[in-house]
Amino acid sequence: MFLPAVDRKISIFAALNQKKMKRVVITGMGIYSTIGRNLDEVRESLYRGRSGIGLDPGRKDYGYRSCLAGMIESPNLKGLLDRRARVGLPEQGKYAYVATLEALKNAGIDQDYLERIQAGILYGNDSSAVPVIEAIDLMRDKKDTTMLGSGSIFQSMNSTISMNLSVIFRLQGINLTVSGACASGSHALGLGYFLIRHGLQECIIVGGGQEINPESMGSFDGLSAFSTREDEPGKASRPFDRDRDGLVPSGGAATLIIESYEGAVKRGATILGEMAGYGFSSNGDHISVPNIQGPVRSMQMALDDAGLKTRDIDYINAHATSTPVGDGKEAEAIDQVFGDVKPLVSSTKSMTGHEMWMGGASEVVYSMLMMQNDFIAPNINFENPDEYSAKLNIAPKTLNMPFKVFLSNAFGFGGTNSTLIVKKI
Amino acid sequence: MDKTEVVDIINGFLTEEFEIEENLIHPDATWSDLGIDSLDFVDIVVIIEKEFGFKLKGEDMVNVRTLGQFHDLIFQRQLSKQ
Repeated sequence: MFLPAVDRKISIFAALNQKKMKRVVITGMGIYSTIGRNLDEVRESLYRGRSGIGLDPGRKDYGYRSCLAGMIESPNLKGLLDRRARVGLPEQGKYAYVATLEALKNAGIDQDYLERIQAGILYGNDSSAVPVIEAIDLMRDKKDTTMLGSGSIFQSMNSTISMNLSVIFRLQGINLTVSGACASGSHALGLGYFLIRHGLQECIIVGGGQEINPESMGSFDGLSAFSTREDEPGKASRPFDRDRDGLVPSGGAATLIIESYEGAVKRGATILGEMAGYGFSSNGDHISVPNIQGPVRSMQMALDDAGLKTRDIDYINAHATSTPVGDGKEAEAIDQVFGDVKPLVSSTKSMTGHEMWMGGASEVVYSMLMMQNDFIAPNINFENPDEYSAKLNIAPKTLNMPFKVFLSNAFGFGGTNSTLIVKKI
Repeated sequence: MDKTEVVDIINGFLTEEFEIEENLIHPDATWSDLGIDSLDFVDIVVIIEKEFGFKLKGEDMVNVRTLGQFHDLIFQRQLSKQ
């Protein structure tokens, strides 16, 4: 039976509420990003408003319009992982492994507990370009598939991160990659939250990973989506600023450990925050041009799910990527939902660039670090508002202030939208 | 290439690329002793092609049970290639 949108939403929540829901908490975080290789470094960069953007001159050889990119070193895993585990890991898989090690340590979870609790993994990832391209080059050259080696298939698949980490950490629960374009990481957290909330999983490793290389981003550069402000890399990513001219591609990986509140209390874990709401929607519109109503519905659904009012949200970590159209639409959407209360808004992409498949997860980690340390990270390079961002309460400088609830947006191609709300306990 | 050179190359990539402890590498060691599984064979085929310029096939390996037999096989194959 077809139900109007509002009735459908009510019926979903009614169905969900028939069973007693579990509370879902965050007990661990790990990060490997362009603004730091661990939680401490990233916290410091966020507070200082440090940019992770630089130039990758090799991109010009591929005909890129812009060499701007997030700068990151590939971690050396020799000595940490055996050869069999390493050969299956592509670039973003290595980032994800390092971030996950830190998250598990942060959560105080050991291998024995992961197995006993039958933990799972839901990780956001939506490409693995380099292994695919290298395999095709080799096949064309050698005309022999056995010359590709044993790791190529495991590096090439979109599910590379979840498949590799589930073997490395001997996980026994849900084992799945979430591909939702630039909202992948956020949806992974949201879906993990749902599984725990309904008692289907006790503990899940959730997150998002993103490769940084010219091979994966040429087609995006070809859409003229990237900033060409190459003379000032640190100023190129300027979400909501009047003079923004495009996004800066970036990446890394972010992992969070989420578990049931009861389970976390039982094992004596430090609870870092509670996942309070998840909202999602699809624009049902243009493949690359965002709209306003899709994000509005996603934010409202997250608020409804959390049982919170707009005045309860202290801080919004915006999706805003620094594209002329996208930031304007999000500003209008935020204003439509939160115009009466005007919570603080910033886009950490001003420092990190656009972390794409990873962004929805990393930006929860960034916001968590702010909430833990009583500050709002700045939306650097926000010098002049445009007609839409002028309606928002954007933080251009670091603000020292405690806060208790944040909302994080992530949107992607195809009009996929995800909104998460996290609160301090 | 004499037998010693062939053995050195093979033992070299087993210790360096496959990170097998040197004390495990001796002619009587089985693949299982060395911790080599079916996926590792795929990589061994790639390395042999790179080092010796010929391609190993599955049927070549049917009677190869130990590292010493593998040394012999590769030595004979590279001789016949010459």
